[in-house]
Amino acid sequence: MSVTELTYRQAIARAIADEMEIDDRVLLFGEDVGAAGGVFKATEGLQERFGPARVLDTPISEQAIVGCAIGASLRGLRPVIEIMFADFAGVCFDQLANELAKYRYMTNGQVTVPVTVRLANGAGGGFGAQHSQSVENWFLNVPGLTILTPATPGDAYALLRAAIRDVNPVLYLEHKGLYNLTGPVSDADLDVIGRASVVREGSDITLVASQLMRHRALEAAELLAAENVSAEVIDPRTMVPFDYETVRSSITKTNNLICVQECSPGGSWGATLIATLAGDSLELFDAPPLLVGGDNTPIPYSGALEAAWLPSPERIVDAVRRTLAY
Amino acid sequence: MAAERTAATRRVVEKTKSDERGLELLAKMLEIRGVEDEVQRMFTQGLVRGTTHLCQGQEAVAVGVCATLKQGDSMTCTYRGHGAVLAMGAQADAVFGEIMGKAKGLCGGKGGSMHLTDVAVGAYGAFAIVGAHLPITVGLAFASRYLGDDGVSVCFFGDGTTNIGAFHEALNLASLWKTPAIFVCENNLYGEYSPLRTTTPIERLADRAASYGMPGVVVDGNDVFAVIDTAEEAVARARAGEGPTLIEALTYRQVGHSRSDPAKYRPPGELEEWLARDPIVLLERKLAEDVTDPARIAELKEQVRQAVLEALERAKSWPDPELDARFANVLA
Repeated sequence: MSVTELTYRQAIARAIADEMEIDDRVLLFGEDVGAAGGVFKATEGLQERFGPARVLDTPISEQAIVGCAIGASLRGLRPVIEIMFADFAGVCFDQLANELAKYRYMTNGQVTVPVTVRLANGAGGGFGAQHSQSVENWFLNVPGLTILTPATPGDAYALLRAAIRDVNPVLYLEHKGLYNLTGPVSDADLDVIGRASVVREGSDITLVASQLMRHRALEAAELLAAENVSAEVIDPRTMVPFDYETVRSSITKTNNLICVQECSPGGSWGATLIATLAGDSLELFDAPPLLVGGDNTPIPYSGALEAAWLPSPERIVDAVRRTLAY
Repeated sequence: MAAERTAATRRVVEKTKSDERGLELLAKMLEIRGVEDEVQRMFTQGLVRGTTHLCQGQEAVAVGVCATLKQGDSMTCTYRGHGAVLAMGAQADAVFGEIMGKAKGLCGGKGGSMHLTDVAVGAYGAFAIVGAHLPITVGLAFASRYLGDDGVSVCFFGDGTTNIGAFHEALNLASLWKTPAIFVCENNLYGEYSPLRTTTPIERLADRAASYGMPGVVVDGNDVFAVIDTAEEAVARARAGEGPTLIEALTYRQVGHSRSDPAKYRPPGELEEWLARDPIVLLERKLAEDVTDPARIAELKEQVRQAVLEALERAKSWPDPELDARFANVLA
């Protein structure tokens, strides 16, 4: 495949289709993923193309969806399943955290569970507190799960193909606010899991941000450039295993760090990143590293309140100014 | 005359065959009973960590159902699953070894009493979250359909499981997709410490099958031949692509829920009543009626007892896992 322009949503459907095309073991199921093409239209056309035996609609039964995928994977299949709004991971938390993540370990490697779980993250759309969360942090403390958070069509495509090929269970978090984003997609490099991406080079401060926040961090970097502040922006792309090395080498240059995340601060990936680097690389910092994130509240519904909850480019810029003035 | 002689000969041959089969079933049930009795003793000796859940009194369900399976079929069970895993053919020493956390245990000491797994014999795992393995069984069965083999997937669980959401999600999906799954509910009258009637507004759990458009069958779970007949029907239905069955096997947990439970909640006389219907006693009686030489039964009991003790001694002699082993197999 040469480089193609696709939306984030189309990149997801394309990745699944390309893996289904070359591997009969790959199948897709979830609520409304077939006939309806997915509530976010991220699986549009797949049932027409691959038939109802490989693209199946399920009842509203998240535990059954995840458990069935685990069971099917034990026999060598490569199920891709959709949990729709990522918040619904709460309904099947046992299957994800206790079964999927631990099955191989508890059996001492007698089984492999190559399941790809797609979940739609993200605030900003006015969906309220139960349809807007970014849930990667719920699973950071569950060894055994690989967690991916693509922010661009290109990463969405490459990471999803890599996830489906991975022999281990993968949580693949899409962001609802990015489905319409357009960008180049290519299959030239599918070895992307665990590799962060430096998406803007800079010398004064390192901004680590994922999904929607990556784009807001880039906006902030633009605003900062007008003030002669040079910000480097890193998108981790993979939450587990986290690419500490790329961030560490950036801070070696900038000596300042801000994590921008779409979630409350406690028990978050940003908190873990800061704790890790403070623990092993404190001498690199000119100022205390900062965490810019959502408020420590559920996500509110009102447009005005939700906008205030989400980190804005201006809030990021303000945090950078404070850090550099330290 | 010739025809009569042939018929008589056939009867003798069939009798011998069923005798042999009866003795095989008895041997397996005795092995499970022997292992469970030893595990109970090991507990008092401090050889078992955490907790353990035993299945004395329920052996005929696991042995009867698993006797109807063939290679390529799969089985999942609960933390009260030592019997089911042995019934599939796991080796007793590796079972003991796992329960003691040894390197040569079934799961290298990483699973323990509640997670005995032996994929090589089709025992895909014992699960310690009530109901969690039912959806997984649906997936195993679904895979057989997807791959076009005629495998079936059996799932053992207790009466308490029929009140958890995963039970309902799994039966619904299994039936909707006509997966070759066999759901075997071992109704032993107690969900942990609670009598069934205090947690469940209906008495016949098999009735729940009707909600999901599948047959619900009740069987005497202490009669191994009745279990076999019922399971054979469900397995045939599943292999023929006609979908899942819910079997409710009526049986009794002769011991408490787990190691710390003296089971004082039993009404007086209940245990004695069920001990009189102990599945091993019932099978021995049946075999004796069927003119099996009593000496053969006695000999078999002694052989199995010796084999269990030898397996235990072997497992005890095995080393603990290397400390580095704890890092292995988080990921493939």
